[in-house]
Amino acid sequence: MKILVLIGNVPDTTTKIKFNADNTAIDASGVQWIINPWDELALTRAIELKEAHGAAIEKIVVANVGRSETEATLRKALAVGADEAIRIDADPLDALYVATQLAAVAADYDLILAGIENADYNGTAVGGMLAELLNRKSVSAVSGIDLEGDLLKISREIDGGAQQLSMSLPLLAVVQKGIAKEPRIPAMRGIMMARKKPLNVIAAADAEALTAFEYFELPPAKAACKMVEEDQAASLIRILHEEAKVL
Amino acid sequence: MSSSNYTALDYFELDELLSEEHKIIRSSIREWVNKSVKPIIEDYAQRAKFPLHLFKEMGELGAFGPYLPEQYGCAGLDQMAYGLIMQELERGDSGIRSAASVQSSLVMYPIYTFGSEEQRQHYLPRLAKGELIGCFGLTEPNHGSNPGGMETRLRDAGDHVILNGAKMWITNSAIADIAVVWAKDEQGIIRGLIVEKGMKGFTAPETHGKWSLRASITGELVFDEVKVPKANLLPNIKGLKGPMMCLNSARYGIAWGAVGAALDCYDAALRYSLERKQFNKPLAAFQLQQKKLAEAATEITKAQLMAWRLGMLRNDDKATPGQISMAKRNNVAMALNVAHETRQILGAMGITGDFPMMRHMMNLESVITYEGTHDIHLLITGNDLTGISAFV
Repeated sequence: MKILVLIGNVPDTTTKIKFNADNTAIDASGVQWIINPWDELALTRAIELKEAHGAAIEKIVVANVGRSETEATLRKALAVGADEAIRIDADPLDALYVATQLAAVAADYDLILAGIENADYNGTAVGGMLAELLNRKSVSAVSGIDLEGDLLKISREIDGGAQQLSMSLPLLAVVQKGIAKEPRIPAMRGIMMARKKPLNVIAAADAEALTAFEYFELPPAKAACKMVEEDQAASLIRILHEEAKVL
Repeated sequence: MSSSNYTALDYFELDELLSEEHKIIRSSIREWVNKSVKPIIEDYAQRAKFPLHLFKEMGELGAFGPYLPEQYGCAGLDQMAYGLIMQELERGDSGIRSAASVQSSLVMYPIYTFGSEEQRQHYLPRLAKGELIGCFGLTEPNHGSNPGGMETRLRDAGDHVILNGAKMWITNSAIADIAVVWAKDEQGIIRGLIVEKGMKGFTAPETHGKWSLRASITGELVFDEVKVPKANLLPNIKGLKGPMMCLNSARYGIAWGAVGAALDCYDAALRYSLERKQFNKPLAAFQLQQKKLAEAATEITKAQLMAWRLGMLRNDDKATPGQISMAKRNNVAMALNVAHETRQILGAMGITGDFPMMRHMMNLESVITYEGTHDIHLLITGNDLTGISAFV
């Protein structure tokens, strides 16, 4: 079985986000880039499956759509334990564009794992779109996945409980938190070995983006906090009523 | 996923001088320190306990002997990688970095550099994994800055040697499985040998009551007629050059490590000064506090450049002992000063364990003394500059 894990290259979740001059994209200067946290969990689970099932899993490949500066993120994925990486040399314009690019390389993989959302622009559509483009079944909001013979045992969180599924391959699973234990920290030997692992750069397929960002805005700055002494309940109620207008 | 608000100062965009691989190495160790060291280290330091479980974790991470070859279970990385690892570990705590420094530069490095192939294969893979803990015995009760005067002796006894003497201020001593010990033979020549825990007559009592490196074990090594097989002698080195080469490697790592401690203090102080208000404005708005922050940032930046350049020289095998002394001395003094100044920004809060300054400050009092004192390093550099040794 071959596993493909889709990897988003996103700003570190503690980054103070700034936008470019016309507010149409994140200002990349000074940003630390990381593997999208949900994709990192997907990769961690793929590695756990390989460790648990050995030869049943032939290889784990990671793929992203991005320019050369995203290769550090792919190298980290290789250092953690992926066997190969694919970078499709294009700007990830929108979900359909990204899914179309990935469809050109993803067909050979029995299991495709995609994180449920991307931590940068909060995108959620690539996984589902890719499954459609490949005409392959998919399951969303997966929080558990294991291999049992030729079948995948999958658990999903649903309203008020969990759903257990048994699915055959090929399959695309959109995964969320709970799918794996903690993400792994690349060890020094893994980082060194990642040097020798293939990172294949593929030219972009002919595709068009259907959407474009008009502009972004930052959330309004938090208003100053007004402190009320503990014995001034009447004053608090008056402020909530007259100033905050929430009562 | 990142779980820390820590932001490393990079005022002169020195990151551009690092490779992508170096940055991955740094972020790995940084992440591990955030996850495994930062949440517990204050408690261990307060209780004067070494978090022993971290030793195995550092081994799994590959933080021991990272620049030694893969065939011995190491990562085969360069000196810049070693420096960055030391920087990030010391951001956590000088005691944790000390444990890694000793294991890497003072135990694995001499076994690799001066040892036989059998010794390399026997010890290095387990030392790399953290399954074996090592320590280094050079300093003695009567010989600190003058190690050449050592009194520890070994005498020939057929297929083994008999070791007598005592070593002091030994990091990891009480928990070490092996000790790389330096002693004079009957001809007065300094030899290195590997002494194993459990050898009859070898004890390693712990030194208690330290106000510094509290989350690190320090102790003595006492040898009373210890029979050590001759196979444990390091065959490829004689003389003081052996331990000095080890110290050069360790001191280089300290030059980076000190930057880590300073970065931690600076980051904590900057964030505090932006949040804490007095007279209706943040502390950071006051000129005297900005002076402290600006001076700390300046000194850290200079130290970063020095460490980086020294790493390049080490990679080319060109760094001289004088250069290494200059960087170790400058950067440790810088870090101690930054810890002191940034602590003041926090006022009374700065003396508590809720912030790292006091712990770093106390740790750095050891770091400024061990591996060559602040004064001795001037004489090493001075010797290099003038060609005249001021030691004798």
